[in-house]
Amino acid sequence: MIDVTEEIISSSLRIATPLALAALGELVTEKSGVLNLGVEGIMYGSAFVGIATAAQTGSLTAGLVAALVSGALAGLIFAFATVTLGVNQHVAGLGLTLLMISLCNTANRIMFTADGGQVRVDPWQPLNFGGPIFSQYWLTYATFLIAVPFVWWLLWKSGLGLKIRAVGENPEAADVAGIGVAKTRYTAIIIGSLFMALAGAFITLAFVGTFTVNIINGRGWVALALVIFGRWTIGRLLIGAALFSLVNAGQLQLRLLPSFADVPFEILLALPFLAVIVGLAISGRNVPYPGAYLKPYKRL
Amino acid sequence: MNSVEGVVIASRGGAPSIFLRNITKAYGETIALSDVSLDLRAGEVHALLGENGAGKTTLMKILYGLSQPDSGQIEADGVALKIESPRDARAAGIGMVTQHFSLVKNMTVIENIALASAKTFAIDLAGVRTEIVAASARFGLDVPPDAIVSSLPIALQQRVEILKALMSGCSYLILDEPTAVLGPNDIDSLLEVIRRLRSDAGIGIVLISHKMAEIEKVADRVSVLRRGQVVSSSLANGITSKELITLMVGEQQSGAEQRQRSASPSQSPILVLDSVGVTRETGGLSDVSFAVRPGEILGIAGVSGNGQTELVNVLSGTTQIDSGTIEVEGRQLGSNTPQSLMRAGVGILGEDRHASAVHALQVVENLILDCVEKFAGKFQLRRKEMLSHCESAITQFEIKANPKQAFGTLSGGNMQKVLLARLFSRNPKVAIISQPTRGLDVMATNYVRSLIAQASKQGTAVVLVSEDLDEILELADRVAVMYRGSVVGIVDHSEASRESIGELMAGIAK
Ligand SMILES: Nc1ncnc2c1ncn2[C@@H]1O[C@H](COP(=O)(O)OP(=O)(O)O)[C@@H](O)[C@H]1O
Ligand SMILES: [Mg+2]
Repeated sequence: MIDVTEEIISSSLRIATPLALAALGELVTEKSGVLNLGVEGIMYGSAFVGIATAAQTGSLTAGLVAALVSGALAGLIFAFATVTLGVNQHVAGLGLTLLMISLCNTANRIMFTADGGQVRVDPWQPLNFGGPIFSQYWLTYATFLIAVPFVWWLLWKSGLGLKIRAVGENPEAADVAGIGVAKTRYTAIIIGSLFMALAGAFITLAFVGTFTVNIINGRGWVALALVIFGRWTIGRLLIGAALFSLVNAGQLQLRLLPSFADVPFEILLALPFLAVIVGLAISGRNVPYPGAYLKPYKRL
Repeated sequence: MNSVEGVVIASRGGAPSIFLRNITKAYGETIALSDVSLDLRAGEVHALLGENGAGKTTLMKILYGLSQPDSGQIEADGVALKIESPRDARAAGIGMVTQHFSLVKNMTVIENIALASAKTFAIDLAGVRTEIVAASARFGLDVPPDAIVSSLPIALQQRVEILKALMSGCSYLILDEPTAVLGPNDIDSLLEVIRRLRSDAGIGIVLISHKMAEIEKVADRVSVLRRGQVVSSSLANGITSKELITLMVGEQQSGAEQRQRSASPSQSPILVLDSVGVTRETGGLSDVSFAVRPGEILGIAGVSGNGQTELVNVLSGTTQIDSGTIEVEGRQLGSNTPQSLMRAGVGILGEDRHASAVHALQVVENLILDCVEKFAGKFQLRRKEMLSHCESAITQFEIKANPKQAFGTLSGGNMQKVLLARLFSRNPKVAIISQPTRGLDVMATNYVRSLIAQASKQGTAVVLVSEDLDEILELADRVAVMYRGSVVGIVDHSEASRESIGELMAGIAK
């Protein structure tokens, strides 16, 4: 029993890593008043670019750098569309997701699967500090020990964070205070995209070591839900990520039990998403949206 | 952040220090400013007067870098200034408190003030706190540094704005209609602050206002804008209020004549409140009693926040009463819901015209919002009837709008006229009218007041809730004064004066 519990916690941490990273990125972005529905697409793009580069160069580090560059570029495109051009954020975000997914699938087919093969790399291995719980990928340690405190400091302690929150709540006021609204939003979107890119790279370069169609599998959408569930605070966002990952890890263990052999696995697969919906239904009311959520800013 | 000591001390009424020269600005077809020149001097209160839409805000936004002129320039002490952003303006010593404040509501006072000087990395909130305390003491502007801005009353938020501007080291301070959002007491303390900043700190102040009384009290110099042009600029003691009003509105006659009052209304009351109470920890109502007769205007006076808003909410049915009774035409209301009040013939004009209408909907749609069923056909709304209803309202109420225009694009005066048209087209027996002329220009104000007088002449009983005592004295037959949630006195208009009402408002008399 202890073994199973430890196993569940250990795999929860693995599952939670990309969710937490992507949700942190989305949080930074949304705090500036911008909803980035491109999160699924940015993760998809970085997952592919990361592994493709790693496969070509033989270096996982090069793959990670390329994944970050691809995330930043995708973020830049999204920022240009929503901040500079003032394109509707829903449209721009969904468009970005669709674009990234189809670009990557096409490139994957041309580069790797045309002759029936599949791209593969030797992924990062867990670093073992004792026991299954402390046997995790370096990115998992980095996420919870570095990224989480960093985003907390960035948003609530740094000057840039104050500016991000100000342009997200009242861009007019920020403008009057001499803060560049567009510049601040670009910065927030790109920082956010880098976190999303890390999430995508984690999946191919650490978790699975290969790329298949639909590899992100809705994790980006879950990250979006986690930000709302978390009411734009880091603590609650992490609680949400933990709950989702625990249910997910739990259902994976359930599937191994003989008594569940007859239950269609799709039902178990759906459990964590059901948990998201229930969580949102409970906590999603009267949420404190940033004041300028979804609103482009233009000086008259 | 520039230190507070950076404030330039200059002698009062010294040489002109900032020139706005030949400023022209158009928004599409609208010429907001045409060839406007204005001189601002250090240590002087310069009142800027003008009707809504005259161009006052536009001119000051240009000076503060929020807007760029099509042509013209700004000079300080003979040197051309390049002001492309508020940051440039602050560097030139110009600060501004915009009409709708520029505070981030759910941040603390400290964070808001730190914003202006925030660097990318660490911020020294403790240091900013010390600066705030020092500046508060220096300028006599007390603010609670750790409070969340949205939890502060408007008057305090305004004080934060002023302090923020002063802490950026400005030697000129622009205040855009600062008194429009304040009650009488807060207005007095703001005027006191303005005087002190001028005399003690030598700050040049631009005060935009509609209200003659305020201008008389503090202005050293007065300029009048009309339709984007400066029509007069002179020392305040060289011009009378009457002349100023004439300059503002142009040739048209100004000033409403006293309303004809019926000698003694003999009819029985139509609306009776008896010992109405609303239990709240703070700001409830207790023992509110009064009666209004057909054709009578009962003014409700009081310092803002003494239960007027709650009273209006009770009469609109959005706040339930906990004790007492409300009678309309001799019939007691079971409960005061919006529906039962409407059915009984009580109509309402709320204090916030933006909250009373849907900005994104058309004028015609807003006009029928409270009687949609009347225009509902079998399958869809009868647009033609709606439009003709709207057009006749537009003519009757002199609304400057077309029926299909979005409500949100109207000027304040026209919004108010649409809402009054909606109210009076139901022929209410009782009209509850709250702050009908807040923020309106002189012409619109006079027109709205004449509409209220006219409705009462036709037999409507009016309850007029207003923070503008002059408005109440001009219109009301009797004045009820509210203090701490109760009616502390009802005075007949023949005995009502600023002094007698003022004492009741302050809770001194009786
Ligand atoms: N951003 C804008 N877009 C279009 N028209 C505007 C804008 N700002 C002001 N105006 C127009 O310019 C004129 C002057 O407006 P404003 O300066 O706000 O007047 P005031 O402050 O004196 O009431 C008005 O006719 C107004 O409708
Ligand atoms: Mg204005």
